[in-house]
Amino acid sequence: MEIKCHRVACGSARGPALVTREAISFLGNVDANTGMVVDPAHELFGQCIAGKVLIFPGGKGSTVGSYVIYQLKKRGLAPAAMINIRSEPIVAVGAIISGIPLVDRVTEEILRVLSGTVVEVDADRRLVRVSELTG
Amino acid sequence: MYLSREEEGIYQGERGETLRRMMEILVALGDIYGAERLVPVRSVQIAGVSYKNIGEAGLEWISDLQGQVVVPSILNPAGMDLCRWKEMGIQEEFAQKQQQTIEAYRRLGVTIDCTCTPYQIYQGLAGRGDHLAWSESSAVSYANSVIGARTNREGGPSALAAALVGKTALYGYHLDENRRPSHLVEVEADLRGSDYGALGFLVGRTVKDGVPFFRLKGRRPSPDELKALGAAMAASGSVALYYVENVTPEPPGPWQPEETIRLGRKEIDEVYAKYPGSGADAVALGCPHCSGQELEWIAGLLQGQKVQKELWVCTARKIAEEHPQLVATIEESGARVFCDTCMVVSPATERFSRMMTSSGKALAYLPGLAGVQAGLGSLEECIDVALGRRQ
Repeated sequence: MEIKCHRVACGSARGPALVTREAISFLGNVDANTGMVVDPAHELFGQCIAGKVLIFPGGKGSTVGSYVIYQLKKRGLAPAAMINIRSEPIVAVGAIISGIPLVDRVTEEILRVLSGTVVEVDADRRLVRVSELTG
Repeated sequence: MYLSREEEGIYQGERGETLRRMMEILVALGDIYGAERLVPVRSVQIAGVSYKNIGEAGLEWISDLQGQVVVPSILNPAGMDLCRWKEMGIQEEFAQKQQQTIEAYRRLGVTIDCTCTPYQIYQGLAGRGDHLAWSESSAVSYANSVIGARTNREGGPSALAAALVGKTALYGYHLDENRRPSHLVEVEADLRGSDYGALGFLVGRTVKDGVPFFRLKGRRPSPDELKALGAAMAASGSVALYYVENVTPEPPGPWQPEETIRLGRKEIDEVYAKYPGSGADAVALGCPHCSGQELEWIAGLLQGQKVQKELWVCTARKIAEEHPQLVATIEESGARVFCDTCMVVSPATERFSRMMTSSGKALAYLPGLAGVQAGLGSLEECIDVALGRRQ
């Protein structure tokens, strides 16, 4: 199915979804050298975000998080694309400076996508394609 | 958000990848905050300078950028005095990374002044009604409140985007509707010097991101006192704009306070009592950076004396260069005049356990950012502690 969205950072990419209902602070929650979620308190603890379509409500925490996203990208460990319910400046700026497609203003239904489902983000056409919605 | 034809071209990449991404940052932030359009800025002050804050990740990003700033742009304070870092106790490895960060900014055409008080060294950066993209919280407060310019508190990438494009998104403190007072603060006391830091420390905690309007009794605050007031409110709260009746530019249009706060000498003195300077192993002045006037005052108190404790006097390099005699007098006492940095942003502060200061801003930040306990006192009390005249 196709879902309409708002473009934050341009580009398109597809990959397996990694979904959380919790906000992400890239500084602190994610290790820039491995792409792993290292905060034991986070729902995605122990998961690797590299190459995934990372679906989460939005960012939080330190503005240094933008640079952490950039570092992940340079090390080949960044998400292929990101989808937010509502982007805030940390993740928006991080995605833009890193050239990672980012869209937001999708319905909360997107958080019901099962991790592993293939999702395509086409920021330029303002479209998200999901093979199936479950839950 | 509306983009002019030229802006749309940049957004589509007609002028290269760096500018395209910078425009994308401005548009993304404009969308998030509901801006109608972009507005040209007169100057930019860029955050993300201290290597302690940006780390390897930030340094990599700045180093990779291509392009030149198109409006006058200067920097926030760095993590060390760029020349005398060894005397501060800064490690070689940190110093190298800090120098690389500064070089990366220089390459982009940024003027290498690292200060929280750009308005003290350049007259041409901001005037009444000008739109700016400044970063450092006390500078933002001073520009909005005392100068009457208009700026939000920019992050590192959004400030750099404004510097390279020459514009920022029109929202927040750029608009009259967000510049009306939210709180009336009546102060029944004759305030002086560090009292303004103590007042700001209290009011910032109460009004958070509000816009306080002060009605002061007694003598008129000096520019340095306004600087201290705004800095403390931006640290203990996130106040980016305030007014002082008959002193600062006036609020736009009619306004009604949501709340009235009354403070007097008792509340101010409680701050000093709660954060005493006793037991301090170091004293630091110059948060925000000392003006020439403040250097003169400090030099006068230190003349012919010897300090018993480490005493840092922080200022902008240009201010120090303009007053070589005052700097010499201060340093003859054994105190150090450090430029480009301060006790709040430098990792060198971390080796102390308790620091005494005359700054309400440092009082708010030292425990959290440097893990150092802080005591507040007047400038004279701080100097007395440094000289060993009081404990």
